[in-house]
Amino acid sequence: MIPATERTPATAPACACSACRPERDLPPCSGPAAGHAPEVRIATSVITGKNRWDHFLARWGINRMGRIVAPGLYRLGNPTADSPVFASANYTLSFDVLRSALAGIDAWILVLDTKGINVWCAAGKGTFGTAELVRRIVVTGLSGIASHRRIIFPQLAAPGVSAHEISRQSGFTVEYGPVRARDLPAYLATRTATRDMRTVRFPLADRLVLCPMELVHVLLPLIAAAVVLYFLAGPVAALAAVAAVLAGTVLFPALLPLIPTRDFSMKGFILGTIVTIPFAAAFARAPGLSGNAQIIAVLVPFLIIPAVVAYLALNFTGSTTFTSRTGVKKEIFRYVPVMVIMAGAGTILGIALGILRLAGVA
Amino acid sequence: MLDAYAENTLRYFPEKCINCRRCTQVCPHGVFAEGEDRAELLNPRDCMECGACSKNCPAQAIEVQSGVGCAWAMIGAALRGKDMDTECSCGGPEGSCCGGETPEEPCSCGTEKREP
Repeated sequence: MIPATERTPATAPACACSACRPERDLPPCSGPAAGHAPEVRIATSVITGKNRWDHFLARWGINRMGRIVAPGLYRLGNPTADSPVFASANYTLSFDVLRSALAGIDAWILVLDTKGINVWCAAGKGTFGTAELVRRIVVTGLSGIASHRRIIFPQLAAPGVSAHEISRQSGFTVEYGPVRARDLPAYLATRTATRDMRTVRFPLADRLVLCPMELVHVLLPLIAAAVVLYFLAGPVAALAAVAAVLAGTVLFPALLPLIPTRDFSMKGFILGTIVTIPFAAAFARAPGLSGNAQIIAVLVPFLIIPAVVAYLALNFTGSTTFTSRTGVKKEIFRYVPVMVIMAGAGTILGIALGILRLAGVA
Repeated sequence: MLDAYAENTLRYFPEKCINCRRCTQVCPHGVFAEGEDRAELLNPRDCMECGACSKNCPAQAIEVQSGVGCAWAMIGAALRGKDMDTECSCGGPEGSCCGGETPEEPCSCGTEKREP
């Protein structure tokens, strides 16, 4: 991992750069690829059982960097020089969704080196970018293979690539296809995308598929917290930790549009408060608590659980399809201090309650 | 009051528009609509600041401080004392790519300099 401070923003050289890891397939800085004919790989539209298993593992973040497709030009079916050219990212899920959507269509697929990241994320980072595309056209010798000068891009590549810059630098015209690869057959029939095809949505299935990853992110801290709470405060407290994390990582994505208010943190506070109710009730009934101690025992989960759920909810912004940076930044400054104060106060009160009980006061 | 997303950095200068309609093609939230002789700003509040429109506008008629709204990355950057605005940008339907999931940061070499 290269520390961010050492990553100097460079202006797009269309050649191998000495500061990076050397890439064998890059031409030297002095000019275009010379010598041997570039390799064209073969792709099919068939998604095998192994592919599906791979997709499942990818959703759990297992062997994340094993999901890389070799960058380069692929032949799908029996394309001719007139066949359409599609650009894709070198992430298995991106590549597979494209090739399977093109079943029965003879085409070329130009896979860019996006470091194994999907189209939209890579476009946001700039790795699915103008420079990489222009370089990949040269490396693959696309100009000599296709008779036309037109590449169909996934619409979500647009944050990374500049259509007019690509035309200027490579002579290829950019055509933005639909957002979803499954709309490609309909798009190819008319070469126009409807407003529906151009709009990103975030339906239940798209939200649920992200849950495993959200959960995996926080699994270790959760196990640690649950174990500590189990020994310090008992099984109900450990269960509360599990419930808080499941609420933030599974229930929250599932219920996202149904929870009132628009800010993710506020939605999280609301969901967290509801989840807290049964646990607060259980703590209140703990035997041998005096009146004041009972109030503290109820207060502690109401301070900690909503704060945790709200924090996890806020972190889900990065996985959604619609949160703006300005808005998320506002949310961070507005709500994170509240979360910290709530969780901090809850923890201090919880520890105080434990000490009082040990001392036999409460 | 409880809507952090009511405002964003999208600015449209219709007088510069050459009506190429690229913005209406690339916006994933239908912010721009085709107009008679220039693009029309239809739903500015739906803008997620992905930057696709400004990057693909050949007439510089659209400005937006692009970046991806990912709290995970921004909080992480703030905690490590980095600039919240220039750290990892991520998000999208394929899952979050921030935090510890990305084992290797792509080197900036050969990637594009994002518009300020």
